[in-house]
Amino acid sequence: MKKSKKKFTVGQIILNALFVLVCLTYIVPFILLLSISFSSEGAIKEYGYTLIPKAFSIEAYKQIFNNPQMLINAYITTIIYSIGGTLIFLFITSLTAYPLSRRNYKLRNFTTWYLFITTLFGGGLVPTYLINTNLLHLDNTIWIYILPGMVSAWTVIIIRTFYQGIPESLVDAAKLDGASEFRIYFQIMLPLSVPVLASFGFMTLVGKWNDWNTSLIYITDTRLFSLQFLLQKVLREAEILNKMAEQGLSTYDIPTETMRYAMAIAVAGPMLFIFPFFQKYFSKGIMIGSIKG
Amino acid sequence: MSKIDVQHINKATKIKRRNDTTNFQLFLLGLPGMVAVFIFHYLPMFGIIIAFKKFNPNKGLFGSQWNGFDNFEFFFTTPDAVRIIRNTVLYSIDYLFLEMVFSVLVAILFYNLISRMALKVYNTIMILPTFVSMVLIAYIVYAMLNPAMGILNRYLGMIGLPNDVDWYSTPAAWPWILTVMKIWNVVGMGAIIYYAALMGIDESLFEAARVDGANKYQQMWYIALPHLAAIIAIQLILGFGSIFNGDFGLHYQLTRDVGTLYPTTDIINTYTFRGLKDGNMSVSAAVGLVQSVLGVIMVLGVNLIVKKISPENSMF
Repeated sequence: MKKSKKKFTVGQIILNALFVLVCLTYIVPFILLLSISFSSEGAIKEYGYTLIPKAFSIEAYKQIFNNPQMLINAYITTIIYSIGGTLIFLFITSLTAYPLSRRNYKLRNFTTWYLFITTLFGGGLVPTYLINTNLLHLDNTIWIYILPGMVSAWTVIIIRTFYQGIPESLVDAAKLDGASEFRIYFQIMLPLSVPVLASFGFMTLVGKWNDWNTSLIYITDTRLFSLQFLLQKVLREAEILNKMAEQGLSTYDIPTETMRYAMAIAVAGPMLFIFPFFQKYFSKGIMIGSIKG
Repeated sequence: MSKIDVQHINKATKIKRRNDTTNFQLFLLGLPGMVAVFIFHYLPMFGIIIAFKKFNPNKGLFGSQWNGFDNFEFFFTTPDAVRIIRNTVLYSIDYLFLEMVFSVLVAILFYNLISRMALKVYNTIMILPTFVSMVLIAYIVYAMLNPAMGILNRYLGMIGLPNDVDWYSTPAAWPWILTVMKIWNVVGMGAIIYYAALMGIDESLFEAARVDGANKYQQMWYIALPHLAAIIAIQLILGFGSIFNGDFGLHYQLTRDVGTLYPTTDIINTYTFRGLKDGNMSVSAAVGLVQSVLGVIMVLGVNLIVKKISPENSMF
C-alpha cells in the first residue's frame, strides 16, 4: 500500500508539515539553550533570552572552564559508575536469569516468587534510605550508584524468557560432553544473549547517565556528584558558579545566567551528539521490554 | 542381589547425584542475585518498622521508640494528606489518558506517512527527551518561564497579554505546564508501541475498504482504531495500577521545588522526599507505606480485571 502511492499528494504535504512543526517544538528548546550559552550576559539582561544571540560571546564557557575541577570530577564519577554499574547490572541480572530458565531446577518456583514479590511491594524511600546509610554505610561512596540497582526483577524475568527460547538440546549436548553449569552459562548462554543484553545495557546506561536522584538523596561530597546533579545545583544555587568563575571577579561581574546554560551544554551536549547513532538500539529495547515474560 | 539390580541402583544414584550437582551449581549461579535482592529489596521492607516508631537519629532504626499508629494519625490530620493524595491521583489520571490519546494519534499519523525516511527522522527527534535528564528539561522550562528573561512572557507581551507573570509563584498555571511537558516528554516513546501494533494489521483490510470507497479518515476510524482497542484498554488498565505513584522527577525538577507551588504540584513522592530531607523520617515512612499498600491493592485489582477480560495480558 505504501509503495504504490505517490509521496507528493496534498494530504502527505499537510501531514509532513504538521510533523515538521511538532519536531520544531523538540529542537527549538535545545537551540535556545545553546543560543543563551553563547550570548553575552549584558544582552540577556537587556533583551531576555533569544533564539539567536543578540551579542555573541564565549565568556560563559571561559568562566566554567576557568576552574573546571568540579565538572571534571562529575564527568569522572558519572563515567565510572555508569559503565561499571551497567556491566555489573547486566552480569548479575543474566546470571540470576539463567537458573530460572532451567525446567528441572528445584528452586525455580521459589526464586521466581522471591523476585516477583519485590516488583509488587517495596520498602519505600525512607526505609531504603535508612538501610543504605545506617546499616550499609553506602552514602557518600561511589557504590551507592552501583550496588542498589544491580539486579532488577523485571529484567531477570524477561531475560529468563529469552533463555527459555534457546533449545534445551544445546544444554543437554553440553552436559553429555561433561560441561558443568558454570561452563554452560559462561560459554554458551552468556555469549548467545549478548544482543538482548546490549539492548538492556544501552537503556540502563542512559538511565544511569541521567541519574540525579541518587546524588540528591545520598551524596554530600562534591567530588562524588553525578553530572546531572551538579547541573541541578547550578540551576538552583549561584554559589557553585561563583566557585567556578575566575577569582577576584566581583559577584556582579560573574555571568551567572549564561554560565548556567553553558553548563547545561557542557553536561548534556556530548549525550545529545552521540544519541542519534544509538537510537535504533533504544527502540529495540523498548519493544523487548514491552513483550512480557 | 543380582548383578543387574546393583547396576540399576548404581545408575539411579549416579543420576540423582548428577541432578544434585546440577541443582547445586544452578543455585550457586543464582546466589549473587538472590543476595543482592535480599539486601537491597527485602531489608528495606523490614525497615518499614520505622513507620511505627518515633525516629531518633542517635538511636537509629532499631533503637528508636515504638509509637504505634501515631505517625499515620499525624499525617492524616494535616491538610497535606488530602492535598497530596488528590494531586497524585488526579495527575496520574490526567497523564495516563492524555498520554494514551496523543500516543495513539501520533502513531496513526506515523502510519499514514508514506516516506519511511521522514518517519524515521520524526520519530528520532520526538524521542529526544527520553535521552536527556529531567534536569535539562527543567532548564528548558526555566528558559521559557523565567519571569524577566523568559521566552513565554515576551511572546505573551507581543500579542498584547500581560507579560510580567511570575510563573514560579502562580500555582494555577502548573497543572497545564506539567501536563504539556509530560506529554511532550513521553509521546515519542508512547507512539512506538501503538505504531508497532498498527504495522501488524493485515494490509488487505485497508485495500478492501478502499475498494469499497472508504477514505483515509474512515479507514483509520473503522479499521485501525478498533485494532488498537485491546492494547489501549490494557495500557489504561495497567496504568491504573500505578495511580498512586507520581512522577517525582517531573514534579520536583520542573517546579524547582518552589514552596508556593505546592498546592497544585505537591504529590506523595515529593512529600515523602521532603520528609526525608527535613528529618521527618517516621511520618515520611508512614506516608510511603500507605502509598505502597494502596499501590499493591491497585496492581492486584487491576490484574484481576485483566485476567478476566484478556488472560494473555495479565501480569501473573
